Amino acid sequence: MRISASTAVASGTIVALAVVPPITNALQEPFYLGLFLRLMILAIAAISLNLILGFGNMVSFGHAAYMGIGAYVVGIGTFHAIEDGIDWLANGFLHVPLAIAASSLAALVIGAISIRTRGVYFIMITLAFGQMLYFIGVGLEVYGADDGLSLYMRSEFGGVLDINDNTQFYYLVLALLLATLYGVKRLIASRFGLVIRGARSNERRLAAVGIPVYRYKLVAFMVAGAICGVAGVLLANRTDFVSPDMMHWTRSGDLIIMVVLGGMGTLFGPLYGAAAFLLVEEFLSGITEHWQIVFGPLLILVVIYARGGIAGVVHALERRRE
Amino acid sequence: MSEPILQLRDLTKRFGGLVATDSVTLDVAEGEVHAVIGPNGAGKTTLVGQISGEIRPDRGQIFFAGQPITRSPVHVRSLLGIARSFQITSVFPGFTVTANVALAVQAHAGHSFRFWTDATRDGTLLAPAAQYLELVGLTGRAGDVAATLSHGEHRQLELAMALATEPKLLLLDEPTAGVGGDESARMVELLRSFKGRFTILLIEHDMDAVFALADRITVLDSGRILASGAPGEIRADPAVRQAYLGDAEA
Ligand SMILES: Nc1ncnc2c1ncn2[C@@H]1O[C@H](COP(=O)(O)OP(=O)(O)O)[C@@H](O)[C@H]1O
Ligand SMILES: [Mg+2]
Repeated sequence: MRISASTAVASGTIVALAVVPPITNALQEPFYLGLFLRLMILAIAAISLNLILGFGNMVSFGHAAYMGIGAYVVGIGTFHAIEDGIDWLANGFLHVPLAIAASSLAALVIGAISIRTRGVYFIMITLAFGQMLYFIGVGLEVYGADDGLSLYMRSEFGGVLDINDNTQFYYLVLALLLATLYGVKRLIASRFGLVIRGARSNERRLAAVGIPVYRYKLVAFMVAGAICGVAGVLLANRTDFVSPDMMHWTRSGDLIIMVVLGGMGTLFGPLYGAAAFLLVEEFLSGITEHWQIVFGPLLILVVIYARGGIAGVVHALERRRE
Repeated sequence: MSEPILQLRDLTKRFGGLVATDSVTLDVAEGEVHAVIGPNGAGKTTLVGQISGEIRPDRGQIFFAGQPITRSPVHVRSLLGIARSFQITSVFPGFTVTANVALAVQAHAGHSFRFWTDATRDGTLLAPAAQYLELVGLTGRAGDVAATLSHGEHRQLELAMALATEPKLLLLDEPTAGVGGDESARMVELLRSFKGRFTILLIEHDMDAVFALADRITVLDSGRILASGAPGEIRADPAVRQAYLGDAEA
């Protein structure tokens, strides 16, 4: 049996991610373990954005806000666990469902308004809501306002798992990344997924065959928000810190870049995009602090010459071989 | 006689100063092929848009199977049994031909809040989709991506998607528009085979096709009904001859 290039690259990436901890531990390079941890967390967030941006053509420019919501659930919970001795507020089994509930609720409100609009208006409204949440974060005096909040402990998962151990944390995040990929794979092939993908190309036709498009787009928006909220829980624990900056519109822009760079509307694209984004950032920022001057043009080249992003390039190679 | 399946009452639609639909009152009886003809810009597509729900009339009422639907959204009308094909082809270009039709089947098979099962292998969607493709003669292209279809095949796909919603009324907006001779003749043959099985409101430019298919004909001019009746009456109507058929025969 011949294995396609896409499959080979996808499995290669997963295997590579799986062997990171033993390697970084052997080399005593905890920094790189942390880097790949962040990479996977942002990949989960980018995958959630791709669900609406890539498959549904909804260019949400406020997606980082959901990550912030998830992060603040952890930040505020652990803050009160320590300050007020309310131990159960540090429970990760509480943080995750709470982050899902809060971020999907925010997505419900934001989506209910933005999905009625199109194109630039959609982008501007999601951007405005994202910035609104950012400023709410800035206004949270108790929780450090714009300085943010340092976590003095991480989410606790009872006896099941200790994420203070970065290796355990890493494999938890890897498992969640794989679960997200599998869930999205199922979702986009389901009846719901067909409706969302149909809406991307021809909403008018969708309505004409009898589908109330709005409610499906809204639910897709909420699912994406919920997944991103979970990524926020992970990111807060990874950086031991939460701040309004996580919700700033430039963070939302980073997520869009990851999706576009990796390949919109492909399953693995956002993972490749997140990897490329972080590794290029890491590499270039080691050379010059003005790394964005190089990164910007690089992005423009990708958009011009490789419209399908990294996943698109892999796919094209695969077809050339045939 | 039973009640007409579609009733338009005093329907009026303005675009700025232009009256695109001007006090149109019209009945379509169950089972008939009702052709609407008229020169370019007469308001035919605008009329279809108001029946399908994409365009809100400024005045007047629409009744479908006795129910008022004047303010119902597009998808509700589709679920009630109104299907349309578009004058300008409107499909899901990135989907396979089968998936296009399967999505139309899915739309009428309960809600689509099903997140886990693979719909692209769902026999309850694929089997009817295959059947409609067979009906319009597109079986040979079933597995191809819709974007690769010829113009004529696109029109066939449009029709299959409309049929897949099991409509009580088919609104066909120029199904042979821009289609070459052979494919056009096949489409007319196909529509002829639908006679008696479906109620059809047919917008059509080709007069031969209209007189071959229609049980009744309504002539539209500047948004207004100029004449409405059996093909023989329309052919004989002096006002119609002068305004429209005269041009066509000249
Ligand atoms: N959305 C619109 N806005 C403004 N004018 C329109 C619009 N749609 C149609 N019209 C005008 O209404 C008239 C009727 O158009 P249409 O219904 O497309 O005619 P037909 O289908 O008979 O050729 C034309 O003059 C057209 O320019
Ligand atoms: Mg027209």
